[in-house]
Amino acid sequence: MPFIANSDSDRSAMLAAIGVASMDELFADIPASKRYPKLALDPGLSELEVLRELDALASKNLGADRSAWFLGAGAYNHFIPSLVPALAGRGEFLTAYTPYQPEVSQGTLQAIFEYQSMASALFGVDTVNASHYDGATALAEAALMAVAANPTRARVLVPAALHPEYKDVLRLYLSAHPVQLAEYEGAPRDAGLSDDVACLIAAYPDFEGRITDLSGAAEAAHAVGALFVVHADPIMLGLFKSPGELGADLVTAEGQALGNPMNHGGPFLGMMGATQKLVRKMPGRIVGQAADHEGRRGFVLTLSAREQHIRREKAVSNICSNQGLVMLQTTIYLEALGKAGLRKVAQLCWHKAHYAAGQLGKLPGFAVAGGEFFKEFVVKTPRPAAEIADKLAARGVVPGFPLSRYYPQRTHELLVCVTEMNTKAQIDLLASSLAEVTR
Amino acid sequence: MDIDKNARYAASHEWARKEGSDFVTGISDHAQHSLGDIVFVELPAVGKTIKKGEAFGVVESVKAASDLYMPVSGTITAVNDALSGDPALVNREPYAGGWMIKYTAANPSEFDVMLSPEAYEAEAGKE
Amino acid sequence: MNLTPEPLAYELSRPGRMGTVLPACDVPETALPKNLLRAELSLPELDELTVVRHFTRLSQKNFAIDTQYYPLGSCTMKYNPKANEQAAFHPGWRNAHPLAGDAHNQGALELMYRLQDSLAATGGFSAVSLQPAAGAHGELAGVLMIREYHRSRGQPQRRTMLIPDSAHGTNPATCAMAGLDVVTIPSDAEGGVDMDALRAACDDTVAGIMITNPSTLGLFERNMEAIAKLVHDAGGLVYGDGANMNAIAGIVLPVELGVDVMHYNLHKTFSTPHGGGGPGVGMVGAAPVLAPFLPGPVVVKKGDAYAFEMPAKSIGRLKSFYGNFGVLVRAYAYVRMMGADGMRRMAENAVLNANYLKHRVEKTYKVKYPRRCMHEFVAMGDVAEGIRTLDIAKRLIDYGFHPPTIYFPLIVPEAMMIEPTETESKETLDAFAEALERIAAEARTEPDLLHDAPHNTPVGRLDEVAAARCPILCYRG
Repeated sequence: MPFIANSDSDRSAMLAAIGVASMDELFADIPASKRYPKLALDPGLSELEVLRELDALASKNLGADRSAWFLGAGAYNHFIPSLVPALAGRGEFLTAYTPYQPEVSQGTLQAIFEYQSMASALFGVDTVNASHYDGATALAEAALMAVAANPTRARVLVPAALHPEYKDVLRLYLSAHPVQLAEYEGAPRDAGLSDDVACLIAAYPDFEGRITDLSGAAEAAHAVGALFVVHADPIMLGLFKSPGELGADLVTAEGQALGNPMNHGGPFLGMMGATQKLVRKMPGRIVGQAADHEGRRGFVLTLSAREQHIRREKAVSNICSNQGLVMLQTTIYLEALGKAGLRKVAQLCWHKAHYAAGQLGKLPGFAVAGGEFFKEFVVKTPRPAAEIADKLAARGVVPGFPLSRYYPQRTHELLVCVTEMNTKAQIDLLASSLAEVTR
Repeated sequence: MDIDKNARYAASHEWARKEGSDFVTGISDHAQHSLGDIVFVELPAVGKTIKKGEAFGVVESVKAASDLYMPVSGTITAVNDALSGDPALVNREPYAGGWMIKYTAANPSEFDVMLSPEAYEAEAGKE
Repeated sequence: MNLTPEPLAYELSRPGRMGTVLPACDVPETALPKNLLRAELSLPELDELTVVRHFTRLSQKNFAIDTQYYPLGSCTMKYNPKANEQAAFHPGWRNAHPLAGDAHNQGALELMYRLQDSLAATGGFSAVSLQPAAGAHGELAGVLMIREYHRSRGQPQRRTMLIPDSAHGTNPATCAMAGLDVVTIPSDAEGGVDMDALRAACDDTVAGIMITNPSTLGLFERNMEAIAKLVHDAGGLVYGDGANMNAIAGIVLPVELGVDVMHYNLHKTFSTPHGGGGPGVGMVGAAPVLAPFLPGPVVVKKGDAYAFEMPAKSIGRLKSFYGNFGVLVRAYAYVRMMGADGMRRMAENAVLNANYLKHRVEKTYKVKYPRRCMHEFVAMGDVAEGIRTLDIAKRLIDYGFHPPTIYFPLIVPEAMMIEPTETESKETLDAFAEALERIAAEARTEPDLLHDAPHNTPVGRLDEVAAARCPILCYRG
């Protein structure tokens, strides 16, 4: 039997010790007529057969490693140094649980503490937790915090150009509250703030790649007693001003880009950071520094009185897991790249994306949308973008995300993402392929 | 179990004491003892009006958190800021330095129906 | 265990070092907008070997299933097959993009479709959504589905969720997130749901019941069918918390016991690694009454092709994209290796191991509910005057075992919740039982051995009170 150590004779000895005649008797509490259903599952296979089957399935996908890849839109193709999976895959990390027993979990706990330290430096806030499932749920939980802090307020302001799936998640998470998700265009400081707003959310950059002008937004939000929440691209923060520096109370991000594969959309890492005054209202696991009786430094889960296992229906969230392994990969990534490396990745994204925008903007019938951008931009196309994308895929080029997939009326717009993974040759191939299929 | 003979008590373990025209409230020695080492006390904003029986704050130990209930309806006039730096004051001096809120009572007769020190002592002793 | 103190990465940092070399810029550069740039970024600067040694040493400060017996109750710390990892590491998965379009991700969709089918089969569900990213997320899905079901029938006043007092804290916290009110149902003397209390609570405000079966006490709820009938008759629905599915997969179908919607933790029953706390998957399965409300999108088959689709009355989207796909690959590999027969053997051996260990442990420790257990049981650690469960737990570390779950469920004083899982051998269970026996003896003769434990770990018991009073949450130089 796979993965079961005991032999038939062990089982016999154990049954005899318990004083039970057969395995069946152990399940006497379960109604006999319902016991042992025939499961509609195939018989078990050997490891070899299963790996072969999965290899065949995996090979059917179009991978970013086998194409010139310009698709982002919330999941990003960035370089992952080899040491990241090599270290994170160690069984001591992989097969440990939530670090409830700190004396035998210092590896995981110290890694989380280092994550909190680096991520809060990146965000410009006082602390960051490692608990959220992805960027969308981190942002939704930030909005819930704001609503809990101001339960009488009726609106949450979101940018019209927030990732559409994030809006869906926000709507579902807020569905228990009498709160309206109100969309705004333009600069967050002009979002229509008034004293019925629980929080002002900004995207930095927004879904269409534009670097939002955050100036004045924190002051405007605080003037009406609202929290200022910024959802950021963590790679961009390697180079650009942090949301904390710009006055954000809460910062969320999708951490996938920091050392984690795209993996068909998960697992990702929801990062959430807060200023000191909100730390005790934050959901999720938080690690703090402590000392033992000999004065040795160690780390423990702390501030747990906020959490569901203690507060039950009064907890700030039902969240229970952390994203341990994804957090760990992010921590290793940030340490391997360090200050200069992360800055370099951000610079490469900037230069390559701007080179690509320049090349695409020159093509007949194409026009790049205006405004400051980081690594993604929208380009208007002379033919339907979805049609272009299909044609290019056949040539091994994935040119970006046709906006019609989320906005049916925006048929002639393509969201193009360029990262350090894209070579000049790939960008030139993108430009020449686009020219050819639209000629 | 220490009892402040000058205070009256709620079954939920808050005490209230009249000080001039205002009231002061904290939690009893029995309550701080059963919570253990207190690590954080969340207190309301000054100026807030809270009804009797509604939560005015939360007291946290490492493994527990309890709501704090208003023993007498009123409007908060002061909170004990010292607790943010030294929450253990609640453990050490529950009736003195560990006080939590001061407030003007909307209906002072609510104070009169609270438990007497003797009645509370008997009540808490059963737990 | 590595007992040498490991500095923080920031303390190992030296200016100018770098662990990863990136390619030179091969395009003409574009001037950066200076007014938007940050002045400072405080990240450590380390060479590659330092990073490798740092994390290798940190790993050696963890107990893990790969190194130690880890009988953490309610967490199902079973062996995580290495084949799962191998399967999930395939570049065809790692480099697949969620928005590449269904046509370009047919392998991923087919895997999700097959896994939906397999998981539906293990529960008797008519449909499954793989979207929830954790058990608590699956609970949220299920409770929102129940809420939307009542709203769709014009009964929005059904806002009361009944929850037994032995439940995980996530159950009431989830109801609060969904805007439902919680009524706690006490347990009876046998550890089951108190039927009189349940009957009294079943009125026309009832949205449903959240029930964990087997319960967190490790007991199969013998009145399960009667409970479901009471709630259904009152117009409510039954949420099954599948945290403990490891005990009953292949033994009974939850839907046949009256469950309308249920989550499974794939990181428990389906052997995906816990990873220090996540990521997990809390997939939800539904009976026909709730299947249209499942979160989406889910995978459907159209002719020979697979496609994403939103269920007809879906509650909506619980996270971006389609769930924790990398975890789904691992669970699928496991289901394929196990098959129908393997599932049943898994549950049988999990229950046998738990009963055998209980039989050994109850000679020395009180067991709150001495009846036959399922995959876990709850003992009590107060074996001697002045000894608490925490002391037993810490002393177990000295014997090389990870402690059980302690002080949960809340309704058992000094609880030690022990879940051996099916992948442990009889020798390991015997060794663990012997350690517990020796510790009980020490508790009487040398209690300080317990109070001061653990003795041979990188740090001793940490001052959690000081840590929570003045939190230090980041390195600040």
